Amino acid sequence: MFFKPKKTPPKREKGLKVPDDFWVKCPSCQSILPNIDLEKTAKVCPKCSYHFRISAYEYANILFDNGIEREIGKEILPDDPLDFPGYKQKLEKYKKIYGLNDSSIAGIGHIDGIKVTGFFTDFGFLGGSMGSVFGEKFYRAATHSAKSRIPFIAVLFSGGGARMHEGIFSLMQMAKTTVGVLELEKAKVPYITVLGDPTMGGVMASFAALGDVIIAEPGALIGFAGPRVIQQTIRQELPKGFQRSEFQLEHGQIDMVVDRREMKKTLSRLLKIMTSSYL
Amino acid sequence: MRYLDFEQPLANLEMELDKLKKQAENNKDELLIRQIKELENKVNQMRKRVFSNLTRWQKVQLARHPDRPYPLDIIQRICEDFVELHGDRLFGDDKAIVAGLGKIENHGVVIVGIQKGRETEEKILRNFGMAHPEGYRKAMRMFSLAEKLKLPILTLVDTPGAYPGIGAEERGQFSAIAYSIKRMLEVKVPTIAIITGEGGSGGALAIATADRVYMLEYAIYSVISPEGAASILFRDASKNKEAAESLKLTADDLLRFGIIDGIIKEPLGGAHRDYDETARRIKKAFIRAFRELRRKTIRGLISSRYKKYRKMGKFIIAES
Repeated sequence: MFFKPKKTPPKREKGLKVPDDFWVKCPSCQSILPNIDLEKTAKVCPKCSYHFRISAYEYANILFDNGIEREIGKEILPDDPLDFPGYKQKLEKYKKIYGLNDSSIAGIGHIDGIKVTGFFTDFGFLGGSMGSVFGEKFYRAATHSAKSRIPFIAVLFSGGGARMHEGIFSLMQMAKTTVGVLELEKAKVPYITVLGDPTMGGVMASFAALGDVIIAEPGALIGFAGPRVIQQTIRQELPKGFQRSEFQLEHGQIDMVVDRREMKKTLSRLLKIMTSSYL
Repeated sequence: MRYLDFEQPLANLEMELDKLKKQAENNKDELLIRQIKELENKVNQMRKRVFSNLTRWQKVQLARHPDRPYPLDIIQRICEDFVELHGDRLFGDDKAIVAGLGKIENHGVVIVGIQKGRETEEKILRNFGMAHPEGYRKAMRMFSLAEKLKLPILTLVDTPGAYPGIGAEERGQFSAIAYSIKRMLEVKVPTIAIITGEGGSGGALAIATADRVYMLEYAIYSVISPEGAASILFRDASKNKEAAESLKLTADDLLRFGIIDGIIKEPLGGAHRDYDETARRIKKAFIRAFRELRRKTIRGLISSRYKKYRKMGKFIIAES
């Protein structure tokens, strides 16, 4: 876990967490926007294209024709295998704030009529970090995709990478999710990863990097080590735009940078080609 | 011999013992010999006492001991022959990762290790055992070579973690680690990983997703360093002792959790006290695991490997 989640409760962009807030200020261009307009633009600032961080369910609703039709692994709840200081309380707190059991959701949905399995992480819940529940849901969703031979989409907002509070169990999820990816490969099922801001650490250094196609939202922080850790190690200024989507595209680490408002269309175009084998 | 803080009482006694032994070299006085015997007993007892009750942080210190045997020290002792190979064929040769073809008990083996370096110059050359993407790509080359030649793979892991630097990120550190994990999980030969010192997060896991994973008795394996955890958890990097306790990162912990397959006992006082004996035990563990794994069909091998890793994790299933 190299990227420290923001102090609790996570600082979502001001005002966003309060649905009855009429106005929202864009943290990038400082424009004052009516909340209702943002809903129409997939929470992308219509003035400067700043991508607000959104929840897992919100993303599922943007991509899927009818939202998540059947959830996978909702019954899987976090444990505290290390009896780690403060972990139980943290889980309780985030459960209360976000109504989520853990940092991810998985389920079946349709993208322009194409049936897919989706896996979504939520930055709000402990930085979208990967613990045992995350790994198990991913694995179940991936094997479901493989068995039903439907494409698999993972949409990630995971700053923390592996979740410190579950220690070695979290680290092992890097291997477990990779076994999930191997099952997809064996079944020859398309696998696309969509990287939000941020996608770092153990999440990025395992299944997220293994997509057949890797798409990132504009300006997302993507990498292995967090910028602060790098700066402390090398003691120099980091180049401008370091580890942002555009930087990673330039360095050949991802396939494309796509605006959230175009994400569904892009996925749909890709899936139509990827599922059209002549065999 | 370099002593750790908790070994100080031992250090004084051992120094005294050394002095007596020197005296005895040209003086075979019976009284002196008896004194030496007594002191030796005392030292041994104290060593046993000190080492039978180590805290997790003390084990972290042992895992990071500057005299800890590194992969090349071990390879030299377990192999009848070893030819080091270099480069990832893409960008460069990462000297933090040593790799090559070895012969153990007359059987070929592909070995990949992470090497920390001992003195300042070598430490810099080896980048303190922190690999760049090139290192993991070299490892992947070796996995493929092992598959082609049908040789087992042995990895020796001792790293604080993958290198966090600009170049490493530019050249796809995350991608190199992810593909190394994947390559090792699918490779069609038996794989055995031994954590010999520090198993530092993803940088260690990249070459440790093996059929059998063992740890030396005082090795550690963790998702984050105690210092890193302390600075997040307590906002104070000096609370590393408490963090080490919370992280449960010792060989005993991991065996209890079912994450590793076994512990290789170290000579009394730690692996750095006796390289030969440590290497002998590593060799024994490797041979035993290999003999067992080679009996399996490739299919059986891969399917139990998948099963091993997909079972990992601890969670609760809600009753509906």
